[in-house]
Amino acid sequence: MRFTLNGRTVSLDVVGTRRLLDVLREDLGATGTKEGCGEGECGACSVLIDGEVVDSCLIAVGQVEGREVTTVEGLADGGRLTALQQAFIEHGAAQCGICTPGMLLAAHVLLRNSKRLSADAVREGLAGNLCRCTGYTKIIDAVLSCTK
Amino acid sequence: MHEVKFIRPRSLADAVEIYRRTPGCRPLAGGTDLMVMLHARTLRPEPQVVLDLWSLAELKGVRRVEDMIEIGAAESYTGIIASPDVRQHLPALAAAARTIGAAQIQNRGTLGGNLANASPAGDTLPVLLAYDAVVVTDRRAIPIDRFFTGYRNTALQPDELITAVRLPLGRQVVFRKVGTRAAQAISKIVMAVSRGPARIAIGSVAEVPLRARRAEAALDRGDVEGAIAAVADDIRPIDDVRSTAAYRRMVTQNVLRELLLSVR
Repeated sequence: MRFTLNGRTVSLDVVGTRRLLDVLREDLGATGTKEGCGEGECGACSVLIDGEVVDSCLIAVGQVEGREVTTVEGLADGGRLTALQQAFIEHGAAQCGICTPGMLLAAHVLLRNSKRLSADAVREGLAGNLCRCTGYTKIIDAVLSCTK
Repeated sequence: MHEVKFIRPRSLADAVEIYRRTPGCRPLAGGTDLMVMLHARTLRPEPQVVLDLWSLAELKGVRRVEDMIEIGAAESYTGIIASPDVRQHLPALAAAARTIGAAQIQNRGTLGGNLANASPAGDTLPVLLAYDAVVVTDRRAIPIDRFFTGYRNTALQPDELITAVRLPLGRQVVFRKVGTRAAQAISKIVMAVSRGPARIAIGSVAEVPLRARRAEAALDRGDVEGAIAAVADDIRPIDDVRSTAAYRRMVTQNVLRELLLSVR
């Protein structure tokens, strides 16, 4: 099967019912995507499929045949971080860091869809991403700083 | 390592044919329920083959069919929420879809999946009951009030695929979900109500999403207080990890009162 991962075509011989999360981490070495709950509750494994945020633990890899998958590794352009990633650093929006890749991808979609966002809209947009260090305030501040 | 085969059909006709002739075949839509169970190997019977319905164009979209709105079985909640027809004519369905999980789940969850999974806590199911939705399959149309036959059991034949759901125009339905938090919560109770015709549909209070028939009969007579009293006898709540039977009984009555006061 084939799909596009962060702009590059990948070709794999895998069983289609394996989780996209496992194929990314184990077969493709894209370990930026984290496993949290494995049940679609926490959002740590968030990736984008054709630009929409999804939990990669709930995706059968066969379902991404011919589609574009973006992981956290695909956000930065070479060594140049996105404004959002830079804002996460400046606001101290990461503590243990497990939720960070998923937070970045969910927030990336929010900012792509609307440049003007209220704090409530950011909270709602990130409601599927849990931070167990409970560092939500800094995360929301970082996203809001990109809306100005 | 146990491997479950993955089949991606080319068309709905192809999917129907494969499902009919393949033993141990399990349809897959957005995966929000099934992928968890597939990975944990808790699906019974254990599937040998997974049939991917997600990409079938015939199962997507929201369209007008005569005086009904038809929603493809594999259309996502995000697509349902975005539909102008749903927003205008089925606001309770849009409201229910917005309470499901969060963006990640709304991008993958489907009505076909919610129906086939038949969880008593399925968020859209009371709404479908209150609208008297029709479940369209590859071979027939099933009225929703005959769809849920027991705990996670449905009227579907073993080789029958849900293709769409039809809902009528012009009915005013209101919706309320009570959970621990606004997002990513499975309901303690979930309810949808219409006053004309009288429909009171409730989830997470019995082994199936149910119509509260005694309460509906009282409401038909215009007896709102009678309906609120009767609903306690219509439901069969249990104590579980999310709530208690006593809480569910009280909150069911309170939410019914709130919803009845909010619709004419």
